[in-house]
Amino acid sequence: MSAAPDTLHLALAWSDWLNIFGHFLLLSMMSIGGAISTSSEMHRFLVEQHHWLTQEQFNAAIALAQAAPGPNVLFVALMGWHVGMNAGSVGAAMFGVLVTMVGIMTPSTIITYSAARWGHRNRDLRAVRAFKQGMAPVVIALLLSTAWILGSSVGEANWRLVLLAVGAGLVIWRTRLHLLWVLAAGALLGAFGLV
Amino acid sequence: MTTSPHPLAAELASSPRPQSLTDLFISFTLLALQGFGGVLAVVQRELVERKRWLTQEEFIEDWAVAQIMPGPNVVNLSLMIGGRYFGLPGAMAALAGLLAVPLVLVLGLAVLHDRFADSPQVAGALRGMAAVSAGLIGAVGLKLGAALKRSPLPTAWGVAIAALGFVLVALLKCPLIYVLAGLGGLACVLTWRRLEA
Repeated sequence: MSAAPDTLHLALAWSDWLNIFGHFLLLSMMSIGGAISTSSEMHRFLVEQHHWLTQEQFNAAIALAQAAPGPNVLFVALMGWHVGMNAGSVGAAMFGVLVTMVGIMTPSTIITYSAARWGHRNRDLRAVRAFKQGMAPVVIALLLSTAWILGSSVGEANWRLVLLAVGAGLVIWRTRLHLLWVLAAGALLGAFGLV
Repeated sequence: MTTSPHPLAAELASSPRPQSLTDLFISFTLLALQGFGGVLAVVQRELVERKRWLTQEEFIEDWAVAQIMPGPNVVNLSLMIGGRYFGLPGAMAALAGLLAVPLVLVLGLAVLHDRFADSPQVAGALRGMAAVSAGLIGAVGLKLGAALKRSPLPTAWGVAIAALGFVLVALLKCPLIYVLAGLGGLACVLTWRRLEA
């Protein structure tokens, strides 16, 4: 790991881009629970197998997409961006974004859209109703689990962050205060080193 | 009204809904821009509580489908909501809204990142926002918990299934696919038996 180079200078051929595209198409079909659940496979493919991305770039892509506004799937765009930059130009980086994003989005979008249309047309079927209503407790469990896992990973730094997470949760649960105020409060507390 | 073959259609017409493809695009762009550390909490607040395009129950049902399908959950949800009102163009408008502006923004941040990554203030602010976003997602889970009372399942069963799911995923780190298939499957079968055909 420590022997990994800090910067990469790549010469990517069309076949390499095609390889990346095909790989992301496949990952898209496996991305149940979100693209993030396939990130360990992306790591294996991009960092360990092909050395198209450094470990640092991989970590930064995930952290930055989490912190920035928008869906977390944009970490995939950042990986494409970095691979392209490693290949030497902003144009290649743009192309990298295109390849990885179109790859990761297309199959899942087609599958989900078709399935949702089918489900909506057949929403009166007993099986469809049972599926949608029966999944409710599991959906709630997954949301609370996500909060728990995120909260404990930031909370490793110190206990005040856990307190902040719980406090923010209670405020949003019990009041109608705008979410951005709560986020801004968290950012300020962090910036001044209070949490 | 009661003789109408599609009583839902009349209800749909009167309930709040996106007015146009532009409305969808802009609404999802604004949603995405408010969503630091994930968009889910904002989607529930904006689409259910403010715009009322979805009821709490509809949101849970759609979220279940979004969760079980491949692809990012919020992306799937945007496709489903856009598609319901305007078909494929609606789905694409919602998807584009969710991704276009945030994509430009995140690339801009990537360019700036190297310059500011070492600043303790920036690192601290990011940590604080990450903690808050964990809390926001937890709050969505608690709010949606209220919907268990209106489920065909007895409330105690629903709570027990949710609690078991939490233990499996959060504490025992079971792979998602087993929990969805096993516990989710069980919950669906139990619900199916309680629903009249």
